[in-house]
Amino acid sequence: MGNETETPRIAIVGGGPAGMRAAGLLAAAGLRPVLFNEAPEPGGQIYRRPPPPLRTVLSPARLYGPDAVRAMALHSDFEAVADRIDHRSGTLVWNIMKQEHGGFRLLHQDADGGQGAHNCDAVILATGAMDRILPMPGWTLPGVWSMGGAQVMLKGQASLVGRRPVFAGSGPLLYLVAWQYAKEGGRPAAVIDASTFAAKLRAAPMLAARPAVALRGLAMAAALRLRGIPVIEGAHADRIEATDTGMRVHWSSSTSSGQIDGDAVAIGHGLKSEQQLAELLGCRSRHNAESGQWLIETDPEGRTSVAGAYLAGDMAGIRGGHAAEFAGELAAWALLADLKHRDNASRRAVLRRKLSRQDRFRRGLEQAFPFPQHRIASLPDETIVCRCEGISASALRRAITDWQPADVNRLKAMSRCGMGRCQGRLCGQIAAGLLTAQLGRTPGDVGHLRAQAPIKPIPGSQLIVEKGAVE
Amino acid sequence: MNSFAMHGHARLPRVCIIGAGIVGTATAFFLARSGCDVTIVERGTVGGQASGVNFGGVRCHGRDPSELPLAMRSRTIWNRLAELIGHDCDFEAPGHLKIARSSAEMDTLTRWFDIGRAHDLDVELLDRTQLMRRFPWLASDIVGASLCKGDGFANPRLVAPTFARAARALGASVLEGSAVTAIDRLQGGGFRVSGANFNALEADVVVNAAGAWAASLGLPFGAAAPTVTRAPQMFVTEPTARFIGPVLGLVSGDIYLRQSVRGNVIFGGGQGHIDPGGIRSHPDETTFARTPALMRNLIPALTHTALLRSWTGLEANTPDGLPVIGTSAGHDGFIHAYGFSGHGFATGPGVGETLSELILRGQSRIDLTSFHPDRFNTIARPAAL
Repeated sequence: MGNETETPRIAIVGGGPAGMRAAGLLAAAGLRPVLFNEAPEPGGQIYRRPPPPLRTVLSPARLYGPDAVRAMALHSDFEAVADRIDHRSGTLVWNIMKQEHGGFRLLHQDADGGQGAHNCDAVILATGAMDRILPMPGWTLPGVWSMGGAQVMLKGQASLVGRRPVFAGSGPLLYLVAWQYAKEGGRPAAVIDASTFAAKLRAAPMLAARPAVALRGLAMAAALRLRGIPVIEGAHADRIEATDTGMRVHWSSSTSSGQIDGDAVAIGHGLKSEQQLAELLGCRSRHNAESGQWLIETDPEGRTSVAGAYLAGDMAGIRGGHAAEFAGELAAWALLADLKHRDNASRRAVLRRKLSRQDRFRRGLEQAFPFPQHRIASLPDETIVCRCEGISASALRRAITDWQPADVNRLKAMSRCGMGRCQGRLCGQIAAGLLTAQLGRTPGDVGHLRAQAPIKPIPGSQLIVEKGAVE
Repeated sequence: MNSFAMHGHARLPRVCIIGAGIVGTATAFFLARSGCDVTIVERGTVGGQASGVNFGGVRCHGRDPSELPLAMRSRTIWNRLAELIGHDCDFEAPGHLKIARSSAEMDTLTRWFDIGRAHDLDVELLDRTQLMRRFPWLASDIVGASLCKGDGFANPRLVAPTFARAARALGASVLEGSAVTAIDRLQGGGFRVSGANFNALEADVVVNAAGAWAASLGLPFGAAAPTVTRAPQMFVTEPTARFIGPVLGLVSGDIYLRQSVRGNVIFGGGQGHIDPGGIRSHPDETTFARTPALMRNLIPALTHTALLRSWTGLEANTPDGLPVIGTSAGHDGFIHAYGFSGHGFATGPGVGETLSELILRGQSRIDLTSFHPDRFNTIARPAAL
């Protein structure tokens, strides 16, 4: 791995809790890691900080609730070693390649739009997660937000997407965001939760792995009810329409149905891991039945199938902010041990134990708030699946009938689904679901959309990066 | 030319085509339409390589005079895709504008103008003033251009699968995931083709349309053309309002560009990186930086249009830039069709029709002399020529 006599060059991609903890440990070990962070500030999505002028308005206590202490500790620990970290904020890593003689090369776009390249001996990828959405007719209307987007408006801009938003979907974020809105001056019109009470009850033993967190979720639901906000469990948002005065959500459950009016809609069905960089490196992945997602394979300490490439945080499976901190530190320890730079086997063992408890809790959450995979097969024909390219469920069904595509990448080629700005990050899984349902195949057979560089749209290079150039 | 038909067989030949790119699938379609028993064996998926990921240009403009008849024949098929195979494959013919950035390049265009006119193509030379008036969005440092009406583009992702689907509907078999490992000549005539994932099959005629892999596959059957594998790199931008009419190309070949029906600007130029082993390729970093910059120089209005993706595909190039089409001396029944040097998409449908004639009638309407497989073989120049 590079020149053994020199200090190993370590890059970290992602400035959330996993990347921050990894960077902190490596900095303490004297390795001066380079931390690439797409966001302007460290903290990731979960501990996102508003821009400085808004910080007096939004205190950590208001922003992070019961996680405020943890968030402040993370930020202050990071700041304590910040001078020993080469922190590139506002920098998007849009491609990563294996080098011929070991190590990796990252291509990035800087905050000012300039292009650069960076070589390193080892890399920790911690690019987090994004919203996972089951589409429905009307979900692309103005006024409909992703759950994460609604939360970002609050945490990053001290704004609400509406005074009376309807929150629909599933997952812990559903109640958390609704509760944050209720606390910050909004009055949610309703919470429509796809998960049933029975599913949550079944998951209770696993959720008990983190009793405080589990109770917090229950408490938020109860508090919303106490405020007179309707919480409808086991119900799906079937359709969203714009009315003269706002937005209307039509919902149904196995026993009843109805409609709710609000001035905005936030939808989200949990989170999905953002794995494009690991895919570009050729890290092996596997379909995970519990989450219904393809996940990059790692060992318990974050090593991928590619030597020198480590994964941490939600990128390696949705376990949340606490687990991300442990995983970031653990991946950094694993890397240090692999480099024979420094080792702390007992700390690694502690972190592995902590993570396995988080894993149990994660499985509990996945059981309590399963992604409504079964609904994909019955999506109404007019539902837009790929919003970038405007591809409807009926267009996809027609393409599947016409071309009998062997896998979802073939379906993309024949239908354009996933060819737009988001590169199929939102629609890929839905297209795969339609394909499995219609042709009776397994998720393993139809696969997932391959990542392609640039992983996010870039306004092309103004600068010519010559091969081998390193800043 | 030798063919099955010339040997006086009463029944139609059984044909095995290796490679389900545009050439293989188009050949299968035209053969199946005549009632031939056709099987395509394809290592990967239909149109999964260069045929599916190329630029999608359909042009006669600037072609070598010996290749023009083939390109023009193909052009008539492009026009009739909907009628022939049930889908127009997004074919459009807004013309092709070849751009000169120096007076020497303009001379090249002027010379070709006469060739084009001699072939009854609608070609027009434009000086800088005319060019700026008609295409005001072009960069101002252009010397002149040549516009060939009737040229255009189609959607490469659709073409080979649509030909394959139409061929299947006519009774052809298309075996995907079927890599050929051996081709043996049988005692009583014909061939046995065997490989992974399919039952060995016997054929009277074998067509080698294996693209970047054709040269090595065809080696025992006289594939002597010293081909070089290249991986042209493509890019696509986010969609924008449609303002670019014709397909653009620089005389230098540094960049070629078109705007899709949906508004995405698709452009190519430069080479990708071919992995050791030659099976896979991926975008090259230097090309990634250079080609988009060239694109912005050519059309400044696209400076802030974001790039969505880049990709590459493998294709075989011959020393003279002309394809290898035909049978090598002493290898009756084994027909090569490869080395299209970047022209395989535009000419593919025409090649398919030509090969079907060759197989069924023993000769084609088009003179294939310039494409002879043995033309690089200076030691044993075939007597048939």
